Amino acid sequence: MYDVVVIGAGVIGCAIAHRLAQYQGSVAVVDRANDVSEGASKANSGIVHAGYDAKAGTEKARLNVKGARMMRALCDSLGVPYGQPGALVLGFHEEDRATLEALYQNALVNGVTGCRIIERDEILKMEPNVNPEVLLALDVPASGLVSPYELTHALADSAAENGVDFKLGTTVTALSHNGDHWQLMTDKGILKARAVINCAGAFADVLHNQISTRKVRIIARRGQYYLLDHTVPLLFQRTIFQVPTKMGKGVLVSPTTHGNLLLGPTAEDITDGLDTATTALGLHDVLDKAKLTYPGVNLRQVITTFSGIRAHEQDGDFLIGAVEGAPEGAFEAIGIESPGLSAAPAIGEELGDWVAYSLKMPRNTNYIAPTPLAKPFSGMNETERRLAYENDPDYGRIVCRCEQVTEAEVRRAIRNPVGATSLDGVKRRTRAGMGRCQGGFCSTRVMEILAEELGQPMQHITKQGGKSWLLDGGIAEGADHE
Amino acid sequence: MSEMTKTIDLLIIGAGPAGLAAAISAKREGVMDLAVLEREDEQGGILNQCIHNGFGLHRFKEELTGPEYALRDIKEARDLNIPVLCGTTVLSVTRDKKVTAVSRERGIEVFQAKAIILAMGCRERPRGALAIPGSRPSGIFSAGTAQKLVNMAGFMPGRRVVILGSGDIGLIMARRMTLQGAKVLACVELMPYSSGLNRNIVQCLQDYDIPLLLSHTVVDIEGRDRLSAVTVAQVDDNRRPIPGTEQRFECDTLLLSVGLIPENELSLQAGVRLSPLTQGPAVNNLFETNVRGIFACGNELHVHDLVDYVSRESMQAGKAAADYLHGEKAPFLRSQVKDGQGVRGTVPQRLDIPYENITEGVELMFRPDKVYQNHFVTLRTEDEVLLSQKRMILTPGEMAEAKLTPAMLDKVRGKTLTVDITKEKQT
Repeated sequence: MYDVVVIGAGVIGCAIAHRLAQYQGSVAVVDRANDVSEGASKANSGIVHAGYDAKAGTEKARLNVKGARMMRALCDSLGVPYGQPGALVLGFHEEDRATLEALYQNALVNGVTGCRIIERDEILKMEPNVNPEVLLALDVPASGLVSPYELTHALADSAAENGVDFKLGTTVTALSHNGDHWQLMTDKGILKARAVINCAGAFADVLHNQISTRKVRIIARRGQYYLLDHTVPLLFQRTIFQVPTKMGKGVLVSPTTHGNLLLGPTAEDITDGLDTATTALGLHDVLDKAKLTYPGVNLRQVITTFSGIRAHEQDGDFLIGAVEGAPEGAFEAIGIESPGLSAAPAIGEELGDWVAYSLKMPRNTNYIAPTPLAKPFSGMNETERRLAYENDPDYGRIVCRCEQVTEAEVRRAIRNPVGATSLDGVKRRTRAGMGRCQGGFCSTRVMEILAEELGQPMQHITKQGGKSWLLDGGIAEGADHE
Repeated sequence: MSEMTKTIDLLIIGAGPAGLAAAISAKREGVMDLAVLEREDEQGGILNQCIHNGFGLHRFKEELTGPEYALRDIKEARDLNIPVLCGTTVLSVTRDKKVTAVSRERGIEVFQAKAIILAMGCRERPRGALAIPGSRPSGIFSAGTAQKLVNMAGFMPGRRVVILGSGDIGLIMARRMTLQGAKVLACVELMPYSSGLNRNIVQCLQDYDIPLLLSHTVVDIEGRDRLSAVTVAQVDDNRRPIPGTEQRFECDTLLLSVGLIPENELSLQAGVRLSPLTQGPAVNNLFETNVRGIFACGNELHVHDLVDYVSRESMQAGKAAADYLHGEKAPFLRSQVKDGQGVRGTVPQRLDIPYENITEGVELMFRPDKVYQNHFVTLRTEDEVLLSQKRMILTPGEMAEAKLTPAMLDKVRGKTLTVDITKEKQT
């Protein structure tokens, strides 16, 4: 029996597990996917919102502002790249002035400092690639950037290092309380726990409604994106929003922590929470709207398109805490759409502490503070590179030429506490295959290293677990997968 | 200079056919202090995975496989004692020709070169760059990756295959996968013509009854884990899909052969200016970039159809680098080369023509912007037509050439040369 089982290994589930690891007790994280960060946390804008936008007085606003303030220290402790380039919210019409003024006031109420309304000349001086037809903007210097999956992986590794169990590839189908403890029916058998925490993202409503007197509905809201190659100098220093609409913050143009340019997302409500397809219409829509911010967008720089799912709760606020009307020991963090990434450090800390307190878990005196991730080879200077090579000659072999990822880094990603088991897992942990050739050159080598490290034949290596096989047997053999 | 920096006269980046030919030529011209850096463990570049034949018809007057063609240069380089450092990736190149590389054997190395030849080859355009809608399952490979898997690693990437794009690697892989027992359902090409060589369309598609769907593209990709189907539609003159023309192919593999892009990230670091048309460096007739002493050749300069021409061009680049190192450049006057009507991406982009003793002509290489039959390739300056030569067929899939003789070069000096494709003979 576990003290706590966290359902969902996204950024929220992993942030909670990371916090719970600081207490004594047995904790498991389960997820249907074969890796952590496979849902909303692998494909979103990666913005640490300052908190000017979330409606004052909501949990969203409170946790957004609190989480954003915690983000830098958390990232520093984990060694995850964090940037705070600021953001602009652009208005193109005189009538946008009132909306931006209202946002400015909202920012003040939420406690977001440093915001101001600025006019065209100053905007263009700050961001010369912005559409010169811009009229005014809200300047938000506190807006930051983090890679959502890098953060999730680091949180998971730190939790696992402190003994948290990661049960991946395990789907929880039903939750029930037998008067003594919680039982989680999974496709891999029954798990028992004193407490459960539902962080199941787009699928959280199913489990919630099984145990709560208050029914909720989570709507899977899909967002499609374009990712452009990194450029020196950056085309935009800051995250550029447009005046928000009812469906969200609209299409943004933003640098990533790795210097790529991201355009998107759309906001489409869909029925299947796993349907991360892109559509011609959606991509066209992104481009159309992004061009208002950045008329000079060059499609030759596009290296990929993708889409992600946000879990939108119909009433629009985060649901965090004990599950209403459920037996004791049921907790949740659901409806965590934007600014969920920004709020994650705060949600993890608050809910982790809450659950630990309610279970009377003592402090973990053997807690191992996270080892910050090693600097990537691509970001090292020559001296650091020489030193890295002296310690591990695998630093001398470049596997991914586009992102300059070495064999040492690929091997380490697989050996991590919650290590990569697939091509995409290596990609998200090391950036191998994330560059302009999209794995055309390195995927074969990465597959070989995966096979070697995992002790499996090449044919068993997948793109993203499950049935995402890559090779159908040797050339002299018959089909493996028919 | 740091004691860890090694000085060298000539550094060649890439030991594919371009780098090897350039090195061989430079050594023959008397450059003794040179080295070739190669990121792969083997020399020969992409030829190593091209196990089909058809290489070398022009250069060796015989039909070789890719590895056989490569071996000839590898042997010659070895006979000439040219150091080729494999498993060595160049990390950066500066404008003043400082090259930093890394290898498992020797770690970080810094070279100070007097001249550099860029011969990094090209990469394949990935799916992402095309923004094809649909899901993102496994089973979508660039044709070259599939070729590497089948020919080098010995694995089949799948069994029911659709190929998008009719570039040569895609065509070759249609045949290769078929021979290996896979079913290739169709080769789908966005343009109304193939970008591959005609001989490959005949020998790789027609001989195996694989349909070539021109003016078609993939409009949807299905499959959550592994690819399960693609939808193909016809496109209009603006390359937009025509509703109602969709066909769905159940398949587990989609190979992409949708264009090659010269690899020039290092060149850009060194301040080398690229041509927006070829996406390779803009060079003069000596294959020298805008940075003095930095030369470029092969697919890194512009994407070729035939390795024979890569070798020829790279030999010239190697000789030019040797001449540069020997300080042999006569006074010259610069002329610009302009793409005229129907012409895209002429290389070289400029001509440095000496005032006297022009001994060698210059081959201009370019691609037609569409298919032309019985048209004329015309070379002219502001003042006169130098050449107007009839061609039975000109197609974007085959690089076209026009030769400037020394006598013509004499007339171009200081002027602008325009390359046109014209319907009538020009006088």
